[in-house]
Amino acid sequence: MPAATRYLGKPLKRKEDPRLIQGLAHYVDDIVLPGLHHAAILRSPYAHAQIRSVDVSKAQSAPGVVLVLTGADLRGSIGAVPCAAQIPDMKAAPRPVLAHDRVRFVGEGVAVVVATDRYAARDAIDLIEVDYEPLTPVVDPEKALEKGSTVLYDGYKDNVAYRWELEGGDLKAAFKKADKVIKQRLVNQRLIPVAMETRGVVAEYKPGERQLTLWSSTQIPHLLRTQIASMLDVPEHSVRVITPEVGGGFGSKLNVYVEEALLGYLAMRLGKPVKWIETRRENMQGTTHGRDQIDDVEVAFKRDGTILGLRIHVIADLGAYYQLLTPLIPTLTGLMASGCYKIPAIRTEIIGVLTNKMSTDAYRGAGRPEATYLVERALDLVAAELKNDPADLRRKNFPKLEDFPYATPTGIIYDSANYPRSLDLALKMSDYKKLRQEQAKARKQGRCVGIGLSTYVEICAMGPSSAMPAGGWESATVRIEPSGMINILTGASPHGQGQETSFAQLGAEILGLEPDDVNVIHGDTSIVPYGIGTFGSRGTAVGGVAAYQSLMKLREKLAALAGFLLGEDPSKLVFADMKIFSKFQPKKSLAFGEVVAAAYSAKTLPPNMEPGLDATSFYEPKNFTFPFGAHVCVVEIDTETGDVRLIKYVAVDDCGNVLNPLLVEGQVHGGIVQAFGQAMLEEAVYDEQGQLITGELMDYAIPRASDMPWMETGRTVTPSPVNPLGVKGVGEAGTIGATPALANAVADALAPFGVRHVDMPFKRERIWKLMQKGSRRAK
Amino acid sequence: MVTVTINVNGEKRTASVPPETTLLRLLRDDFNLTGSKLGCDVGDCGACTVIVDGKAVNSCLMLAAQADGRDVLTIEGLATMDRLHPIQKAFEKYASLQCGFCGPGVIMSAKALLDENPDPTVQEIRDALGGNLCRCTGYVKMIEAIQDAARILRDEPVEINR
Repeated sequence: MPAATRYLGKPLKRKEDPRLIQGLAHYVDDIVLPGLHHAAILRSPYAHAQIRSVDVSKAQSAPGVVLVLTGADLRGSIGAVPCAAQIPDMKAAPRPVLAHDRVRFVGEGVAVVVATDRYAARDAIDLIEVDYEPLTPVVDPEKALEKGSTVLYDGYKDNVAYRWELEGGDLKAAFKKADKVIKQRLVNQRLIPVAMETRGVVAEYKPGERQLTLWSSTQIPHLLRTQIASMLDVPEHSVRVITPEVGGGFGSKLNVYVEEALLGYLAMRLGKPVKWIETRRENMQGTTHGRDQIDDVEVAFKRDGTILGLRIHVIADLGAYYQLLTPLIPTLTGLMASGCYKIPAIRTEIIGVLTNKMSTDAYRGAGRPEATYLVERALDLVAAELKNDPADLRRKNFPKLEDFPYATPTGIIYDSANYPRSLDLALKMSDYKKLRQEQAKARKQGRCVGIGLSTYVEICAMGPSSAMPAGGWESATVRIEPSGMINILTGASPHGQGQETSFAQLGAEILGLEPDDVNVIHGDTSIVPYGIGTFGSRGTAVGGVAAYQSLMKLREKLAALAGFLLGEDPSKLVFADMKIFSKFQPKKSLAFGEVVAAAYSAKTLPPNMEPGLDATSFYEPKNFTFPFGAHVCVVEIDTETGDVRLIKYVAVDDCGNVLNPLLVEGQVHGGIVQAFGQAMLEEAVYDEQGQLITGELMDYAIPRASDMPWMETGRTVTPSPVNPLGVKGVGEAGTIGATPALANAVADALAPFGVRHVDMPFKRERIWKLMQKGSRRAK
Repeated sequence: MVTVTINVNGEKRTASVPPETTLLRLLRDDFNLTGSKLGCDVGDCGACTVIVDGKAVNSCLMLAAQADGRDVLTIEGLATMDRLHPIQKAFEKYASLQCGFCGPGVIMSAKALLDENPDPTVQEIRDALGGNLCRCTGYVKMIEAIQDAARILRDEPVEINR
């Protein structure tokens, strides 16, 4: 990143906002095409059942209905949902577009109706009669592993999807050397991502041009196009995917969904445009869920607080079928199990389990919040056992500055960090010493106050292609148009992160223009070069670097041309104030537009220079990046009711260099509040029949404006050596760093009641019961 | 079918719709005012919030026929041709939105609040947004923006105070 900047690092207003604040943006449901038809899907009310028969005759003759199809009708016409994860000896669990013989979770599609209007389609699905033979549902992942459990798939002997392990360092020696070992079981509950915009698809087929266009609310337009073409068995160049405005994703739209293929099929079959908009209940039941791990942790340590080893056993509930990355997500927990500590030996064993529930897959953090949660809880358990201050214990186990780049026993290399600096700042901002004094006072008064700390590291900028199923690079094309206006076409697919703004800042900085001169285009596979998309905190740290490289290529070409026209050495030219001029003889100067015009009029070009100004880069990151930080929070629990109130929240995050602090703050705030949701409120609850009890927003509580206190955010800056911008990524920091801080605070508050650990979410009933038990014990 | 006439964003508009049509569907489907969003269709999320006779309502919970003869203000009616409303300006200044889906509803709830209470406390702002779910932002920058807009609407110098 240039040392002195005009736009980089500045809190510029978002270029996305004018359309958003005026209600002028177009999300999928805002797209209307002439002759638009509507699809509705009949979904299984059973978690596990055999389909004996489906009678669609009444639905077919209902007014307005043009087509009804069942799973049996579609057999062989559309491929199954793709899964990109490859784990040795993994059992297959492919999801058909519509179930034809067996349903395996509540909400699985059984039949589809297309009608001339939305109401006719919705009414007609009620006229379809399905004869189900209910089977025993497999709901609890631990019971699913027991001998004698019902098995989800015929031909499989059990519900184990795969076993995976990763070991580094000498674990046996570590446990032998240990003065103590603590064991703890931690439940990382199933969550529902709840993007405010549900999923939706509009599909249109033009038979003359043989072009299928899909408008879909997705994070991965290009990967989706490739997969849809494959599922429908049509050439990839006859499919165009457009992601209009996308109303939140959080990983839940990093996928290929049955409805995307189904709508494409319907549009092609009918020759009519068809729309399907997911209802909120469908979204809760049938868009991927997150987390859902039972983690048994053993931590070996010395009396002086040195952590020697971690043994982790994970039961990961995968649900009934694989979505794009379902089996892969839990393995990220193993990869990040070292946290930001020097732990000589770590072993992680994962059992992926099939159950009659919706698939789990990426959800903001995706495997890393689970890792951080278990490491940070383990650290606090050790601190409590040794009666050490949690901050001191953490500091003791940080790798030293000279250890970076730091290789963990889990096989990854942390790029750069200064963990003590972020911890110190968080302690200072929160006035940690005073907080502890106040806590001691409060406890004497019988009040229940807890202080929670977490120091975290996350793996971002996903990632080197060797470690990514579909490649981990990102593309960007920069076009300087003849008038001097810039278009940056990015393969990333931002949906709220603000890269239309930050990439424009980058363009303006490098070419000496105004951000308004730079337009960012994304999410249209017919316009933008092939890209990987937005997830894994990669938008800026991979996509932004691709844009940077293309901008630099054009800058170089413009400098060569301007140097030729001015008779100046190109390396002595400066780009600023919409001019290109000599650093030492400022009179040697051309307007930016003049040089661009010369490139297009092509009358006075240097020998061997092609006309035009267009550059494409595919940036391949050589490593992941590893942002980090320290969070401190204070909770007070009402001893009468068990109500947990968050009093204070301080977050210090280090995501390397920052292109726009407004955007970074927003990402941090949002992530912390989602973490708050997991800690305090959220839990996807299935009953023993496999019914999703939390199927609406009235039952599944996401945080409201009144739930959070002000957050104080601070930042340290440790640039990443991995990329030329020194950026690391920040999209998932909050859900990774904040959840354990909140959990540690609640455990700390409950320590006087003899409570060592309590599982999330910290609902009143759960906390109150623990306090009752603890009080009785105290008496 | 019922015939509904509403004064929407200062303009009288009429449509003939099935009686079960909600105000939200009327606005989106019949009047092509797609700024109000459908996030849940059962009044949980507030993405469809509009102002009816000065009160913020979930337009997914109100029948179109119930709005007959009333004044409805939607996000599209907040700015004039050349001027954003101070709340919109403040949302831009603070980067209050991310994906933006909840934005129109949040801004309309804020407008209804400030019309009734020009000097709300932070708690009052939080309460007024109680029916508007946002999954991206953590609400922080929204609350800051609404405080800022309130000061501008009261004609006071702007100074951020948490």
